Amino acid sequence: MENFWKKAGKGIKAFGIASWKKIKKAILGFGDFIKKLWMRPKGRVGLILLALLFICAVFAPVIAPFDPYDVTQRAAKGLSPSWEHPLGTTITTGQDIFSMLIYGSRVSLSIGLITGILTAFIGAFMGILAGYIGSWVDTVIMRVVDVMLVIPTLPLTIVLTNLFGKSYGMIIFIFTLFGWTGLSRVVRSQTLVLKNSNYVKAAELAGASRMHIMMRHILPGVSHLLIMSTALTSAGIMVAEAGLSFLGLGDPTAISWGKMLAEVQSGGAMLFGHWWWIIAPGIGIFLAVFAFMRIGVAMEEVFNPRMKQTSSVYKIFKNLNGAYIEEVFDSMDEKEKLGYIEEKERVRHE
Amino acid sequence: MADIQNNPPLAQEVDEKGNLPLVSVRNLSVHFPVGGGFLFGKKKTVKAVSDISLDIYPGETYGLVGESGCGKSTLANTMLGMITPTEGTVYFKGKDLFGVDKKTFTEMRRGMQMIFQDPYSSLNPRFDVLQIIGEPLKIRGGYTDEEIEARVLELLRLVGLSDKDLHRHPSDFSGGQRQRIGIARAIILNPDFLVCDEPVSALDVSVHAQILNLLMKLQKEIGMTYLFISHNLAVVKTICTHMTVMYLGKMMESGKTESIYKNPMHPYTQALLSAVLDIDVDNKKERTILKGDIPSPIDPPIGCRFCQRCPKAMEKCKYIQPETVEVEPGHFVACHLCSGERV
Repeated sequence: MENFWKKAGKGIKAFGIASWKKIKKAILGFGDFIKKLWMRPKGRVGLILLALLFICAVFAPVIAPFDPYDVTQRAAKGLSPSWEHPLGTTITTGQDIFSMLIYGSRVSLSIGLITGILTAFIGAFMGILAGYIGSWVDTVIMRVVDVMLVIPTLPLTIVLTNLFGKSYGMIIFIFTLFGWTGLSRVVRSQTLVLKNSNYVKAAELAGASRMHIMMRHILPGVSHLLIMSTALTSAGIMVAEAGLSFLGLGDPTAISWGKMLAEVQSGGAMLFGHWWWIIAPGIGIFLAVFAFMRIGVAMEEVFNPRMKQTSSVYKIFKNLNGAYIEEVFDSMDEKEKLGYIEEKERVRHE
Repeated sequence: MADIQNNPPLAQEVDEKGNLPLVSVRNLSVHFPVGGGFLFGKKKTVKAVSDISLDIYPGETYGLVGESGCGKSTLANTMLGMITPTEGTVYFKGKDLFGVDKKTFTEMRRGMQMIFQDPYSSLNPRFDVLQIIGEPLKIRGGYTDEEIEARVLELLRLVGLSDKDLHRHPSDFSGGQRQRIGIARAIILNPDFLVCDEPVSALDVSVHAQILNLLMKLQKEIGMTYLFISHNLAVVKTICTHMTVMYLGKMMESGKTESIYKNPMHPYTQALLSAVLDIDVDNKKERTILKGDIPSPIDPPIGCRFCQRCPKAMEKCKYIQPETVEVEPGHFVACHLCSGERV
């Protein structure tokens, strides 16, 4: 018995040291990564914006001058911007728009981030399983993905929200349900590459279980895809959430930027010319999406250093243009070619 | 659990006569399905390895020679249990590798390890040297971190790297050093059988000799058995005791290296050996140049696999598969020229 306790104590101690080391390493690695992002102008802009938005979201009650849920200010309806109300108040209920803007960041950011992370988890799990196990697991998962990709999302979302009620959790559930499919395909193809690499073969020879190979070799190998997808899908989800809320399918009790836009429309801001009420939620959405996109692009540069400097779209366009001119030139006969070259020379001399 | 530091790997006792083979391959065929077969098309298969038998005795270095795509690597992977054969089987230490339960299979496979051709893709770029070399021990389980580190350090010294390299990543090393790391990883479980799949062909010529010498030194110290796959006939001649020449998945000639080099019987072996460069300029050999390309393994010739390119092909070579005959004790040839009357 004494021996058992000794052993158990030793085990706990060893586990504690090992996990502390791992945690320390993870923190250091994350710090390194943030530093790499900070070194790039794109990443720096994104990080600063994101930090500001996070501060807004976390300390909303401290920053916001009024309670945005307070709809009883009948005397303060439809005010123009002033020092007291930087963005005025709403026409219908007299809520302070600036406070609503700050509180709105909570819903938008949290839905974007939570869905992004959940999507990354499920996409990674399904993609690795399909790619590594193969056979019927692969077939089943990929057919499910195919089906999910062709289902039109918006009508189904309308049906689901009507069936199960409009709530914060429901929106996250729906976006996650449809978000993981694209990522899982990318992860699967990367897994197929890693699966045939020699270090996986060596681990298999040493008797490694499938679990070991998936966790130790394949998951770290696809992690850059996951981090990137979290940043980029978060941005996409925030826009989608705004769209849903605008259509009146969002959480009716929370204040979000999309719902603010819906109120702009129903409250008659256009009629009264209250442009500040229209622009405010738009700026919020723009800043959040812009921050995530900047970070996503900077991550792409960190993970794939060969593609920095020129954007790939520009390169493709340039190449296409060049190919087109060559094609035209090839189709000319000798006389025309000579004429073309002479013309070009003449233009250059002038 | 064994104390690995005080338990050095045992040297195999090798006696010239009557020792059992460590690995024996019996009538091994590996066919892969490729395309076709859906609805109407006839199902096609790549016959990567057909009907190969060989015995590898403890302590020796067995050479496997052949052109690219002739099935050497497939044969080696099947011997390691990575591929399930279509026909035939592999015996390791007298036990059928494909006839045992999963647990025994995993345990048996730990006795066979592999050194890969490309040292750049065989090490996980995210791991450091300690993790790479210590991984097999971690997978097997039952070792503390200190034990693993001590054993890895011991192996690092054995393969000629220094203690300082313990926490470096593969990208910090040259090709030769990476191959040393790969060797250390392969031998950490004290395997009896080591498959070297062209271990030097991806390296600089100046590093060839270093790695080969290291392999020979390890064999002498630890007593491992090697299966040495190579393109380089000069290397095979130097280090192998027995060898097999393969062509298009079939064994052409097999036997003691000395007797094959001295007296090649098969036209293919003769052509291969005539291509080896000699340091002696005055020694002008007759060079046999083969015409054509290696045929597709999807649709190999019905008769002798080599008949289309053979300079001495006869009529019957096209239709009848030659039987394997023993021309000298331990020297086997699959050729109609050796197996009887000429037509």
